[in-house]
Amino acid sequence: MKEYVMGNGAIALGALKAGVNVACGYPGTPSSEIIETLAKYPHEGLHLEWSVNEKAALEVAAAASYAGARALVTMKQVGLNVASDPLMSLAYVGVEGGLVVVSADDPGPISSQTEQDTRRFADFARIPVFDPSSPEEAFEMIQDAFACSEKYKTPVIFRPTTRVCHGYASVEAQERYQPKAFAGFQKDAGRFVIFPRLSYKNHGLIEKRNVRIGEDFSSYRYNTIEGEASEKAVLASGISYMYAKEFLKDHPKIRLLRIATAYPFPEDFAKKALSGVKEVLCLEELSPYLEEQLLKLAGKHALSLKVCGKLTGHVPHMGENSADSIAAILQEFLGIDAPKGGRKITDLPSLPVRPPVLCAGCPHRASFYAVKRAMAGQKTYYCGDIGCYTLGNSMPLDMVDTCLCMGAGVTMAQGFSHVDGEGKAFAFIGDSTFFASGITGVVNAVFNEADITICILDNSTTAMTGHQPHPGTGINMMGHDAGKISIEKILQGIGLEKIVTVDPLKLDEAIEAVKECASVRGVKAIIFRSPCIAIERSGKTCSIKDSCINCKACIRQTGCPALSLSDGKVTIDASLCTGCGLCAQVCPVHAIGGEGDE
Amino acid sequence: MNKDILICGVGGQGTVLASRIIAAAAMAEGNIVHSAETIGMAQRGGPVTSHVRIGETAYSPLIPLGQADLIIGFEPSEVVRNLGYLKEDGLAVVNTTAVKPVTASLSDSGYDGKEMTDYLAQKVSCIFADGEKECQRLGSVKFLNILLLGIASGSGRLGLQKETILGEIEKRVPAKFREANLKAFLSGFEIGTKKEEDKEP
Repeated sequence: MKEYVMGNGAIALGALKAGVNVACGYPGTPSSEIIETLAKYPHEGLHLEWSVNEKAALEVAAAASYAGARALVTMKQVGLNVASDPLMSLAYVGVEGGLVVVSADDPGPISSQTEQDTRRFADFARIPVFDPSSPEEAFEMIQDAFACSEKYKTPVIFRPTTRVCHGYASVEAQERYQPKAFAGFQKDAGRFVIFPRLSYKNHGLIEKRNVRIGEDFSSYRYNTIEGEASEKAVLASGISYMYAKEFLKDHPKIRLLRIATAYPFPEDFAKKALSGVKEVLCLEELSPYLEEQLLKLAGKHALSLKVCGKLTGHVPHMGENSADSIAAILQEFLGIDAPKGGRKITDLPSLPVRPPVLCAGCPHRASFYAVKRAMAGQKTYYCGDIGCYTLGNSMPLDMVDTCLCMGAGVTMAQGFSHVDGEGKAFAFIGDSTFFASGITGVVNAVFNEADITICILDNSTTAMTGHQPHPGTGINMMGHDAGKISIEKILQGIGLEKIVTVDPLKLDEAIEAVKECASVRGVKAIIFRSPCIAIERSGKTCSIKDSCINCKACIRQTGCPALSLSDGKVTIDASLCTGCGLCAQVCPVHAIGGEGDE
Repeated sequence: MNKDILICGVGGQGTVLASRIIAAAAMAEGNIVHSAETIGMAQRGGPVTSHVRIGETAYSPLIPLGQADLIIGFEPSEVVRNLGYLKEDGLAVVNTTAVKPVTASLSDSGYDGKEMTDYLAQKVSCIFADGEKECQRLGSVKFLNILLLGIASGSGRLGLQKETILGEIEKRVPAKFREANLKAFLSGFEIGTKKEEDKEP
């Protein structure tokens, strides 16, 4: 039967069809729904896990693959940086069962720190990469990726982008799936123990093999040629191919090439497809990867071919492409005079800006506010991290001075403490991020005698990516209760002497806890514990009493989106308010009550 | 059938369910459908859109500018923000209730949506509905998405049978809210039908 699913769902269903035995990943937009979809469909015999981070996920998968199992690893593009250590080595060792690493790129970027291009990683690691341009293709192509991995005994990267991951289409779903039978691990130290000698030998073999894979890819079903032979041609990949196709449906004679396997580059295919072509335009997102491959091709074979794209200023280096940007670029390149799309917009009123904010009632707001109040007037460093709480940077909280990458808040606070003995350095880190990459930072802080206060914002979930469980929440993806791993006990084990757990919504207690921790030297931790409003609804709301003097302190200090002005009066939007009561504790005249307060 | 429908609003307003119901109903009537949604950080109070594309030659998951047959707007300024997508003869279904961003509250900018609805009324063919008032009548703001879907259906611009949409709503909403959602759809449908008739000369 056909089911209407997200691109990530299509990838999951394709992997199930390929008989995947083990699937692991770490949540990250736009990749998170792959593991979640696997959990929703019957998957008897499949080991499924949210791993503690991407490195762990890939290592779990690598061993499963050594044993002959088919393994899927999912992450976002920056997650591949974390998994790069095992990936680089695994590329040398190779695999037994098919192993596919899905690394979802995020042009824009829409929800990421970087606009890095996973195809470069494939090239760097010398392993094949598949690049789907729609959810339907992703469903088919992930199966091809498993087959390719097994055929050449190499890990394979599968690289969708946001618009493929989050696009919806119909794909085939089965009543049940059969995981692939596999032989089990055959000990072979000469193969599975990486030593310099082995790497030297395999390096040579890998380069030879990649030439063969490139030849193979030259007849790959998703490397396609459309239109007629012409002097000007267009090369597109990923979602940009669909945008180009959308525009070129009115110009069917234009030659359109699509390369779905960026590395190893299908040289024969490209050479044949470009014969007679004098000028080619490359449409791709992130980096000019295919464009550079064509430049290499032209140099290697002394082709008289002009290659246009990002390097020639035809296509912007940064941001997403769109149906409209591609249409405009194609019109100019092909000299097609078509009316500009879209209605004429004139006298546009000024639109309200809507930066993303912490939800109404979010406990993180209260945690940040407590630290802000406790440390008012003192020199501070507020080191943020990756998660919903990065939004603590927005006004009026303004409580994030730095944000770099997963786990960096804890270690960066240390850096500030070592160069400035006067200022008070704080790290803010969420519970899931703490487990993913915060713990080693705490060990580093204790060992190197840092003077920092670590604020663990424990909302009992991985909120930003859609509320995935983690080691602190207990229930794993196999549906088993593994027991909650205690953050307090971990910190005790590392040797912290000052560990305070507090409910951030009890403002006075929270402020006291911050003052207490900040006043002692060494590595201290405050665990602000209160569940995410999306997983635990209170059913309560706050209300404004008649005694309100309209001083707007509640709005100006908390910035809660449930509070606004209506006809000059402070009002609470009952549909957003969760009754957290932070505003009531901020109000100087006690004019905000909770439900049933009066 | 070829049809492009853009749904826009603010994160948390329930645009995703509306787009899934339209997509499912279009599929149930034998169409090829693609759609795309805003997911991730922007969902936290930021502008969100869903692009629903019905038809065989809709390759891009995003609707090209000027090609949407219908905009279903959950918030007036978000309709203005996305107006470039609407066809010359397209229709916008607009909830007139404004969602005030924190930035507006902090700066006392006084944004209330009025300027947006005035602008829309002047520029494009619209069906306006006071979502706040209608939802109060229906008992909860949670029914806003189904109400607007009902208006869109009543306007006749979705190109889908009312019964097909009702069937998909029934499949997707929890049993205890089924009655209320059906009521929300039907009252929206009535608004849509009536407003579209009013426009006839």
